[in-house]
Amino acid sequence: MNILVCIKQVPDMESKFRIDASAAWFDTADLAWRMNEYDEYGVEQAVRLKEQVAGADITVLSIGPDKVKETMKKALAMGCDRGVHITDSDVSRRDPAEIAGIIAEYARDKNFDMIFTGMQSQDRGSGQVGVLLAEMLSCAAVTTIVDFSYREGRIEVKRELEGGIRASVALNIPALVTCQLGLNKPRYPTLPNIMKAKKKELLSLPVEDLRKLESRQQTARIYFPEKKGGGLVLEGDPARLADELIQILKQKTSILA
Amino acid sequence: MKLLLVAECRDGIVLGNYNELLSFAGKAGGDHAMFLVGRESSLPHYGGRLYLADSVKHGEYRPDNHKKLLLDTIAKEKPDMIVFCHSSYGWDLAPRVAWALKAAQVSEVVDYVDGDLVVPVCNAKLRRVVRVLTGTTVVTLQAGAFSPAGELGGSPVIERVTGDNESRIEFLGYEAVEAGGVDLAKAEIIVSAGRGIGKPENVEMVAALARALGGEYGASRPVVDSEWVEHSRQVGTTGQSVAPKLYVACGISGAIQHLAGMKKSEFVVAINTDRDAPIGEIADVLVVADLTQLVPILTAKISAL
Repeated sequence: MNILVCIKQVPDMESKFRIDASAAWFDTADLAWRMNEYDEYGVEQAVRLKEQVAGADITVLSIGPDKVKETMKKALAMGCDRGVHITDSDVSRRDPAEIAGIIAEYARDKNFDMIFTGMQSQDRGSGQVGVLLAEMLSCAAVTTIVDFSYREGRIEVKRELEGGIRASVALNIPALVTCQLGLNKPRYPTLPNIMKAKKKELLSLPVEDLRKLESRQQTARIYFPEKKGGGLVLEGDPARLADELIQILKQKTSILA
Repeated sequence: MKLLLVAECRDGIVLGNYNELLSFAGKAGGDHAMFLVGRESSLPHYGGRLYLADSVKHGEYRPDNHKKLLLDTIAKEKPDMIVFCHSSYGWDLAPRVAWALKAAQVSEVVDYVDGDLVVPVCNAKLRRVVRVLTGTTVVTLQAGAFSPAGELGGSPVIERVTGDNESRIEFLGYEAVEAGGVDLAKAEIIVSAGRGIGKPENVEMVAALARALGGEYGASRPVVDSEWVEHSRQVGTTGQSVAPKLYVACGISGAIQHLAGMKKSEFVVAINTDRDAPIGEIADVLVVADLTQLVPILTAKISAL
């Protein structure tokens, strides 16, 4: 079984963001970078599938500048077999159709039986790339899965819907699924596996060779939203903060009265 | 401008979020029609033209089949914009339609200003203004961003849509995530733990503050996914929706799915080390502090009152 996992490197969401000189994206200097959280579930599920199916092989793919290789090494240490790094210094400017088009161009003749992606990225959050990729490859796709099982060429998955409801669906491979948080418990790479990952194949391909689609949308600008009016911000010594907060609760609410 | 609004149906009942599509249509201006794979026994209160496909024949989750029905409708209606809710139905179907139409899709729209669409970036810490370069646009709307504009009324003029019902995806059924014993919706005071609590041992710290205040404790999704707290205590879109007198968010950054479940709280206190956390947008008081230091002190002081 031939498996593809698509991952994205994103900034840590706790970072202090600054808007860059173009005013169309955030400044990418001085940020901590990590694997998009949703994609960790995709990698884990792919590795579990490989553990189930003898002879399965996992390719992990990512698009971006050289530093995305650090994130790809984590996926290799988690159990992916080989990496395909599509080198692109303009990745943050590309729209979801361009990104999916680049991956589709790579994947078209590789006959992947199963493709895993995160349901969305934490930074742009469009939630489109997985489904677009499946459409481009004429492959069936199911989004937002929180449960996955495979048996004899067919997968059964549960989609998470609103309000604590799940929908069970089944389909034949080849298929693409987009992974929701909580699908599984992503493993921590062990030290021996981190060492092994350094020896795994990590191929770099220039984006120019794979980009066939033009962008269909562009970012005019980004900005910080205004904070809600009247919200009070307290800072300082914890003991004093506790006293201040108790006073506020006494004054503004019926609690503690 | 002409819009096609895509409503949703579950278990044969039309979902109320079509109101938000109408609210967006009011803001965008122009004519609109609606599309629904649903049942004639449960129709939206909508006075316009409704393209209705039967969900008994076409199912409620057969995305490749729904895509075809929608594309047939689009060919007839020729809308400039196709509008979905950013929901499990909408975010699944919209990209399929966008790709078939060679249209740009803009996801999770929170505002529409002078023809530009506004979307969140980086866990809602930033906003992005998007300019579309294609003639037709597909959009999905963030839940709650376009609130209903008042009384709706009327009965739709129904135009039936049908076709084959082939689908590569077989729908097996719905199931409810097992409900636990805690009904947070009844609690007047809720103290919730988020990822910022750092480790499972700190759940007890949050629970202790809840007890001192005479309330219940809850949790955000990452804490439940990590199995530090049981699912029945999860607040948010996929957990419980709550509206207590006091909501204390401990180490919760404020993802939209969490905010949707607690923003009706009367008074919100957020304790977070990150001054820019989106929870600050809706908090009445944001305490910038390390909760592992502040919460035990706060609990002790409240217990001593």
